[in-house]
Amino acid sequence: MKFAIAVFSAAHAPSSRRALLFARAVLAGGHEIVRLFFYQDGVYSASANVVVPQDEQDIAVQWQDLVRTHQLDGVVCIAAALRRGVLNEEEALRYQKPAANLSSSWELSGLGQLHDAAQSADRLVCFGGQ
Amino acid sequence: MAKSLLVISRQAPWSGLSARESLDIVLAGGAFDLPIGLLFMDDGVFQLSQTQGPAAVQQKDLTTNLKALEMFGVEDVYACGKSLAERGMFPGNLNINIKQLPQEQDISELIDRYDHVITL
Repeated sequence: MKFAIAVFSAAHAPSSRRALLFARAVLAGGHEIVRLFFYQDGVYSASANVVVPQDEQDIAVQWQDLVRTHQLDGVVCIAAALRRGVLNEEEALRYQKPAANLSSSWELSGLGQLHDAAQSADRLVCFGGQ
Repeated sequence: MAKSLLVISRQAPWSGLSARESLDIVLAGGAFDLPIGLLFMDDGVFQLSQTQGPAAVQQKDLTTNLKALEMFGVEDVYACGKSLAERGMFPGNLNINIKQLPQEQDISELIDRYDHVITL
């Protein structure tokens, strides 16, 4: 089955961890993830600058590893990311900000990518909605 | 055939970014001509109030964005009747035209009609 997974909560939220476990289970079950789409506070998971205490789980890094290992299509909503200070080199330059922090696993793109994923997926599964 | 999406908007306009960001999903879907519906529920119905004072909290009025729904071809806009009534609001007295869903059963029937649901 084809899954699109949307995450709306930050890496420190329980729902982000649940989404990560769900994504792993989808792949382990032999299913396909057509796209991971990070929106709202979900964009914080794409920051390469998250630092967690040594005895705690680094969910942002685990997301990055998952995307890289399985070569997933990991998309971060550009409008939501800009608002929250998650920028790639191009956007940092465009808005004259001192640093880029988007992890290289992720791509910044528009909400059209969420709709596109929903169209090609059998199931759209959302985490962290309110 | 294109898959349909229902967005359920449950947050008040000034409680954070959810009202704006849920509406943005709907407007983007409208721009791509996708079958999309929007349901206001719980505090989300406050977005429909005619008497908002966004300037008092240094915010922009979302009403203009709501009025763009029609322009983007989004016609299936609903509000939970119970949520409206609980907050002293009435379908005839809102900032945009919506279809009121009076019964809880109407909500579940609406959700059943869509392929995907996003709740924000």
